[in-house]
Amino acid sequence: MSTLTREETESLIQEVLEVYPEKAKKDRAKHLAVNDQSIEQSKKCITSNRKSQPGVMTIRGCAYAGSRGVVWGPVKDMIHISHGPVGCGQYSRGGRRNYYVGATGVNTFAEINFTSDFQEKDIVFGGDKKLAKIMQEIEQLFPLHKGISVQSECPIGLIGDDIEAVSKKAAKEMNKVVVPVRCEGFRGVSQSLGHHIANDAIRDWVLSNRDGQHFESTPYDVTIIGDYNIGGDAWASRIFLEEMGLRVIAQWSGDGTIAEMENTPKAKLNLLHCYRSMNYISRHMEEKYGIPWMEYNFFGPTKIEESLRRIAAFFDDSIKEKCEAVIAKYKPMMQAVIDKYKPRLQGKKVMLYVGGLRPRHVIGAYEDLGMEVVGTGYEFAHGDDYDRTIKEMGNATLLYDDVTGFELEEFVKRIKPDLVGSGIKEKYIFQKMGIPFRQMHSWDYSGPYHGYDGFAIFARDMDMTLNNPCWGKQTPPWKKSADADEVKAAA
Amino acid sequence: MANIMIRKTAEGGLSFYLPKRDLEDNIVSIEFDQADKWGGELKLANGGTYYVDPMDAPPKLPISVRAKRVDAPE
Ligand code: SF4
Repeated sequence: MSTLTREETESLIQEVLEVYPEKAKKDRAKHLAVNDQSIEQSKKCITSNRKSQPGVMTIRGCAYAGSRGVVWGPVKDMIHISHGPVGCGQYSRGGRRNYYVGATGVNTFAEINFTSDFQEKDIVFGGDKKLAKIMQEIEQLFPLHKGISVQSECPIGLIGDDIEAVSKKAAKEMNKVVVPVRCEGFRGVSQSLGHHIANDAIRDWVLSNRDGQHFESTPYDVTIIGDYNIGGDAWASRIFLEEMGLRVIAQWSGDGTIAEMENTPKAKLNLLHCYRSMNYISRHMEEKYGIPWMEYNFFGPTKIEESLRRIAAFFDDSIKEKCEAVIAKYKPMMQAVIDKYKPRLQGKKVMLYVGGLRPRHVIGAYEDLGMEVVGTGYEFAHGDDYDRTIKEMGNATLLYDDVTGFELEEFVKRIKPDLVGSGIKEKYIFQKMGIPFRQMHSWDYSGPYHGYDGFAIFARDMDMTLNNPCWGKQTPPWKKSADADEVKAAA
Repeated sequence: MANIMIRKTAEGGLSFYLPKRDLEDNIVSIEFDQADKWGGELKLANGGTYYVDPMDAPPKLPISVRAKRVDAPE
């Protein structure tokens, strides 16, 4: 395990790029960079949010996935119709383990796949009639639903269906919210545009629904925006915000409801967890309703304390006092976690490749455990994400944007990290290479990782993975002795 | 012409956000910042310059406005 110098990292990038044809090489070179903390604007060193090269394997999703799977999907009391052929919806129904409370199929629906199951005739003659009929059926079969969203798959945009008109009509008939979302998969270069389209739909069809209505507010009303409650993340965050004396009036979209979304404009402060997927709506609310927003980071005690103090600074002294009390209360518990795991994890190197906010946000949690992140990258980040990342990462560490399967494997082979944190598609490759791996999209069926409670679980999981005895048993015994003999012979 | 958003930063300065190009940057200078005139040329920290039609009074921030690119690096 060695730390690479700037020159070594640069030459590593060049070597890896060597296999590509000239044009692809030129393009990919722009997406790979050696971190330099002195750079203010990431644009100068790394390009992002561009179309992937044809012919390489990348790990991105489509705009529909960004809207249906990420932003809208977890809103639990609405029914999200995957409008189009049946396949797209299959992998986007609660697969990220967005936990919620409720009776699935009665008053909550996040795990069920609702689809209009397009057939050839729907493509030829249009699917608007079918959509209207589905909505009637939903109303009869699931009367306790609070609204419907129509998530367009690719064909809808191609055949030019008027889902807005159908939605408006159905909304009037049912007297419930019906949101048409134009998130066809072909829009944009990755799921990122789907987030944006979903945000715009929330802006246009949801946020202003309760404008002018009375709301019993307190000076301490906040919202949690962009926490998808994976493995219970949002709950683990909410618990100590409430201890601090704040009132969480809405939580999006993990374990969220349409009523909470409609009430969001009544908040005093929007707390933004995933900047990438929900900054659009936060900016909108700041402009229209004058609600300030703040990005926070609840991974690991150091960042939690930092964030809590910044949150408290928006409020009066009573909150500031309680904030200090909360920090003091959890300090010994967190120290116990660190005392237990740090000696087992100290000095280990980690490479990450995830989406959203994690490639930068979890760095603090690893550092709290004495570990170091030596490479990080995003699937679908934009320039503003890298702006925020450069400062978090050490100098001369590796940054990779929209990395291809080949590049990531090569980087890992050369840098030899002790742990790789990435998605499910990468998991088995690296495990077969004998490298400990954590699936950092949905916490490898574990979690929560946010907040104080989450950190204890995070530390345990990292230890469990890294110090698992199986990694010492990669070579079968008969080969081992041969290796040992060779070493002897060489010596 | 592009839609941009200008908001106050936590440090009290102004920040510039161009959603189309994910450009978020600090505004280092604004041509007119008086009680009766606000806007004009905005100079960004990255060296770029944008122009917004001057308004009669400083607006409530954040605000979305149309801006013209006068000069941008790269
Ligand atoms: S790209 Fe289109 S067809 Fe493919 S999953 Fe996305 S919406 Fe469905």
